Amino acid sequence: MSAKQNILAKLRKSLVGTTPLADNFDEALVTEPWSYPPEQRIAQLRKQMEAVHTEIHLSTGDAWPALLARLLHERQLPSLLVSPATPHGKQLAAHWDANAGLPTLKAYDRPVEEWKAELFNDTPASLTGTLGAIASTGSLIVWPTPQEPRLMSLVPPVHFALLKASEVHNNFYEVQQKFAWAAGMPTNALLISGPSKTADIEQVLAYGAHGPKDLVLLILEDQ
Amino acid sequence: MSSPALIPTVAVEEDFRARAHTALGDKQLRNNFRSAMDSLMTKRAVAFSDAHEREHLRALGNAIRARALSKLPDLLERLEQNLTRNGVKVHWAETVDEANGIVLSIIRAHEARQVIKGKSMVSEEMEMNHVLAEQGIECLESDMGEFIVQLDHEKPSHIIMPAIHKNAGQVASLFHDKLGVEYTKDVDQLIQIGRRVLREKFFEADVGVSGVNFAVAETGTLLLVENEGNGRMSTTVPPVHIAVTGIEKVVEHMRDVVPLLSLLTRSALGQPITTYVNMISGPRKPEELDGPQEVHLVLLDNGRSQAFADSELRQTLNCIRCGACMNHCPVYTRIGGHAYGEVYPGPIGKIITPHMVGLANVPDHPSASSLCGACGEVCPVKIPIPAILRRLREENVKAPDSPNQVMRGQGSKYSRKERLIWNFWARLNTSPTLYRLFGFFATRLRQLVPSNVGPWTQNHSAPKPAARSLHELAREHLAKQDRH
Repeated sequence: MSAKQNILAKLRKSLVGTTPLADNFDEALVTEPWSYPPEQRIAQLRKQMEAVHTEIHLSTGDAWPALLARLLHERQLPSLLVSPATPHGKQLAAHWDANAGLPTLKAYDRPVEEWKAELFNDTPASLTGTLGAIASTGSLIVWPTPQEPRLMSLVPPVHFALLKASEVHNNFYEVQQKFAWAAGMPTNALLISGPSKTADIEQVLAYGAHGPKDLVLLILEDQ
Repeated sequence: MSSPALIPTVAVEEDFRARAHTALGDKQLRNNFRSAMDSLMTKRAVAFSDAHEREHLRALGNAIRARALSKLPDLLERLEQNLTRNGVKVHWAETVDEANGIVLSIIRAHEARQVIKGKSMVSEEMEMNHVLAEQGIECLESDMGEFIVQLDHEKPSHIIMPAIHKNAGQVASLFHDKLGVEYTKDVDQLIQIGRRVLREKFFEADVGVSGVNFAVAETGTLLLVENEGNGRMSTTVPPVHIAVTGIEKVVEHMRDVVPLLSLLTRSALGQPITTYVNMISGPRKPEELDGPQEVHLVLLDNGRSQAFADSELRQTLNCIRCGACMNHCPVYTRIGGHAYGEVYPGPIGKIITPHMVGLANVPDHPSASSLCGACGEVCPVKIPIPAILRRLREENVKAPDSPNQVMRGQGSKYSRKERLIWNFWARLNTSPTLYRLFGFFATRLRQLVPSNVGPWTQNHSAPKPAARSLHELAREHLAKQDRH
């Protein structure tokens, strides 16, 4: 008998004569305490994300590329990793074309193996979109894609993220229902709730453990 | 920078009592634990400020875990089917040796030399670092706390905060000695040193190993929570990802994760959520540019099916590994995690370890509790830890020939003498004549109680009976009243 057969046989023997427990999941318990009027959702999101050192800027669908250019300049970041294939990547590229002297835009356009050293050692910042956010916990929903791969939101020390104000949801349960997560998940889905942190030494909170040291969120209020 | 030595060797020479005694005398250790546990208790209390909400959520958490266990074999098969469909290879192991064999064979198939590990208590059960090191494979911990204890050849003293027994000064000396960096007690700088060393390792590693917080049967998803980003690094950068987990970690639906996640992060650290919730449902697809080419899941039994066989002990498997029971335990707070001498310390350790190593190997664990009930009160999935501890005390002294043997190594504290004394005591208390006779002689001969009554008189004065029993006094009192 294989290990699988042995384990399953033991478990099944222990359940002889029992019936599976009914599913009485009460969704009110995970939604009612965590629901907000639409006009308060952004405030709730900000409160939670700023409590864990996320830098948040309010902007608009037209103005954000200029804001991002200013933030990159202030931080003296020499380059930005951004996908040229996404709508926001195209918008950013257009702004860059119209304005000289801005930091270099780099694309994640080949498998990581072909440029791992550059990604790790010479890519100081990235920009990704989000699928939305969760107000109750202050979390960004990120589903990596071929255009914006997994490591884009992890390896560069500064991660800029774009969020449309209309896509801030109340709670995790609502998000799972809206996106029908039960019906299928991408290879990797993430909730990101701040820059990376640790309290492993004497419970002292330190930011920039292994992932980004800074998470900068641009909220597009008119979108 | 020299690479750290990799063989964790904690000397576990003495027994539990001796280790506990030593720990109680270590002022620094007690200080470190006291302050950490106080802070963790406060953070949890703040995160659950609404008792009504908390209690309803705990009840839901308990119901979800109980439901999952009530159909565990079916859910495991469903999990395997869905993971396989998603391209994840699922392996089953009854023992830690089998699990290590599986991990080794995957590593060998890729001719891998370097393994980077996210936090995983199951890999601690397997002593994976040690096993791989013996085969000449470097297996480096990447969680900051785990990295620190590995560097000092120790084991974790807490399941969530592995290096909680050390203060910043101790970490500073360790980094200075082992990594050759300048001495600094500044926590930010210490973390940046760890980041530098480990970034190099994430970059180089051939295989990444992680644990699993919840395995979702419905979608074939492995969900991992963490704050540091090392878990994402370990499961995303190396070409091969091996997740190891216990067979009990499966839940039925994706939505079941919602309350469990909230219970887990609030109970563990008082956080509404961790920085990263990483949901892995498959390896890199052809059109994707990163992520592991292969994802493996090793499902480990290691005694869990034994706990599963008994409906009371089965509740042990509700555990979502938040550590709240240890944070609130007066015993754990005073002796720390290492005194237990096993992978899982504290209240949950005392009830899960006997199934893994045999009760006879941890005979003092069920008794190392004041039964104050704090662990059961804070458990987010309502495991009745105090009741299970009492049950294990019974199993500990069960006669070897009695029926209903439920666990390996039970009955190791059985003593014929003790059993005879208890039988006599039961008889004495159920026969009125014997009870009166005993009361009469015990009070009249009270001066004969020796001043040294073995272990009792180490900490107490000798138990000298009163001059008259309560029964006698009551009778005299009633007789007096009748006369008036």
